[in-house]
Amino acid sequence: MAISSIWVFAQASGDAPTTGTLELLTKARSLGGTVTAFVGGDASAIAGALGEYGASKVYATGDLGGALPGAAVASAMQAVIAGGDRPDLVLFPQNYEGRDVMARLSVKLDRTVVTNNVDIAVEGDAVKVTTPIFGGNTLVTTTFTGEGPFLAAFRPKSFAAESAGGGAAEVVAAPVPDLGATGGAVVTAVHVEETSGPKLDEAEIVVSGGRGLGEADKYSMIESLAKVLKGAPGASRAIVDAGWVPYSYQVGQTGKVVKPKVYIAAGISGATQHMVGMKGSKNIIAINKDKEAPIFGVADLGIVGDVHKVLPKLIEALQARG
Amino acid sequence: MAAMNVIVCVKQIPDPAAPGALGADHTLVRDGKLILDESDSYGVEMALQLVDKAGGGEVSIVSMAPNGEVSGMRTALAMGAVKGVLVSDPALAGSDALTTAKVLGAAVQRLGGADLVLAGTESSDGYTGTVPEQLAEVLGLPSVTFAKSVTVDGGTLKVERQTEAGYDEVTCPLPAVVSVTAGVVEPRYPSFKGIMAAKSKPIEEVTAGDLGVTPVGWAGAGQQITEVAQAAERQAGEIIEDDGEAFGKIVEFLDNLKVI
Ligand SMILES: Cc1cc2nc3c(=O)[nH]c(=O)nc-3n(C[C@H](O)[C@H](O)[C@H](O)COP(=O)(O)OP(=O)(O)OC[C@H]3O[C@@H](n4cnc5c(N)ncnc54)[C@H](O)[C@@H]3O)c2cc1C
Ligand SMILES: Nc1ncnc2c1ncn2[C@@H]1O[C@H](COP(=O)(O)O)[C@@H](O)[C@H]1O
Repeated sequence: MAISSIWVFAQASGDAPTTGTLELLTKARSLGGTVTAFVGGDASAIAGALGEYGASKVYATGDLGGALPGAAVASAMQAVIAGGDRPDLVLFPQNYEGRDVMARLSVKLDRTVVTNNVDIAVEGDAVKVTTPIFGGNTLVTTTFTGEGPFLAAFRPKSFAAESAGGGAAEVVAAPVPDLGATGGAVVTAVHVEETSGPKLDEAEIVVSGGRGLGEADKYSMIESLAKVLKGAPGASRAIVDAGWVPYSYQVGQTGKVVKPKVYIAAGISGATQHMVGMKGSKNIIAINKDKEAPIFGVADLGIVGDVHKVLPKLIEALQARG
Repeated sequence: MAAMNVIVCVKQIPDPAAPGALGADHTLVRDGKLILDESDSYGVEMALQLVDKAGGGEVSIVSMAPNGEVSGMRTALAMGAVKGVLVSDPALAGSDALTTAKVLGAAVQRLGGADLVLAGTESSDGYTGTVPEQLAEVLGLPSVTFAKSVTVDGGTLKVERQTEAGYDEVTCPLPAVVSVTAGVVEPRYPSFKGIMAAKSKPIEEVTAGDLGVTPVGWAGAGQQITEVAQAAERQAGEIIEDDGEAFGKIVEFLDNLKVI
């Protein structure tokens, strides 16, 4: 069985597909066969861009009326499959909505789902995905067995998004069937935490702080440094859990994946779950008072020192340059 | 609601501080002593607080683990859960998340169901993050994942659900499955009295077969690990001790990259 039909679970941010969606579409079209985007919501604004990146068809559920996408989108997918359009492979982004949809779909189709991947290859009949474990120092290759559809999820930035120059895709309605009890969860209000400056996962420079800052107030040093470098501030999970900064700042396995030109880690130990989110950065600078800290193992420039001494001087020196 | 019964999924994992290893069959080596996954201590605490607020009911736990392992479950019982079901069966080795969800679903039913089933957002060793939502589908229930705050008002849950950009307020009728994030509550330390009491709290041990779940383990997985390789290591660069002037090195480094 060669792969002849691939679906991508597509998401929008405002009037554009998310970068993660474009990454998956780009990879999907390199694997051969037709590429279909599946949208939970209205697709009219993004069908053009989805087509440009390789989708020849777009299924759209239409407005979900506040329902969480997990049960709704998976049911709509299952209905299309039951109607005879059966993909060989479905690609998902490794994020909250992606997880919820793939989890529900995996039960509905009784198919396994392989998560946290960074690569995929189709070799003859075999579909193989690659997953980094132990903080990325070991790569595991998993081959799907049995019947498709095969379900796989990919970490952000696993692939580069490149336009195929295609025209707008045909949009086909894929209405959500009656969900019964499973459709009970409804969003009643949306809160967006305001941030200024570049977005964390798109910034050229990211400055992240960790528990080594000592107390919440000291995070202002990270913000000042990010500001003078025109970068974005980030954080380890330790200080997100402690409530110093919002979750949207978190870098790592459960947070954002960043690959900036420069990543500065201040008072961060370098736990494997943090490293998977930043190891792909082109240049890494670490400041930590413990010279044994694992973060130094990946740093291009490591400063063994106290953040309270190094950061203020660094900020002052950079501000003085104007 | 007067009384509220909550079931918490608790995974028992190898100590995360110890370096992980893969066995000959490419599964994570889990033969040492297992502990309660910290990700699930939040679920246990959340459940205890909700039952407390409801003014009645109880917290039970379900776990799937090799070799009849119960030490992590005992920790949850010491915190205040009253009973548990452990599914342990050599045939479960190599199970994927889907099989895990089917097994946990059957264990939840063994306990007669609940008003609310709690799980962690992702386990520390497996981190597929899919088990809770799969479990909800197995049980035919609505679900809210990634909850950073959970309250119950009558028969309805009110959840603040973390999103990439902030959070959503979500309402959901009970019964439901909810996965909670780290930091949702501060897990209590078991008291000495709790630890002593936990020793005699009932844990029913069953096999997947007893629960009618087949096939399991490698046979049921739909996937096979075909290769394990070392990733290319990033080379460590220059490391210097701060003598009060190290900030200058950083400025120089940034200057060379032409980012300032
Ligand atoms: C399932 C799961 C998912 C996870 N996901 C993530 C994730 O997405 N992102 C993430 O970051 N973590 C994640 N974690 C948590 C991770 O394991 C670590 O606990 C966390 O990254 C540690 O944060 P930290 O480095 O700030 O704190 P610590 O590990 O406490 O490190 C603090 C560091 O600061 C240094 N320090 C102390 N004082 C100073 C000083 N004055 N000057 C300089 N240095 C100082 C110390 O030497 C130490 O190295 C996850 C964990 C689990 C189990
Ligand atoms: N073997 C297991 N036993 C009990 N609960 C589990 C098990 N595996 C996963 N879970 C639950 O599902 C959550 C998410 O796990 P995972 O999908 O593996 O990341 C965990 O935090 C647990 O609450």
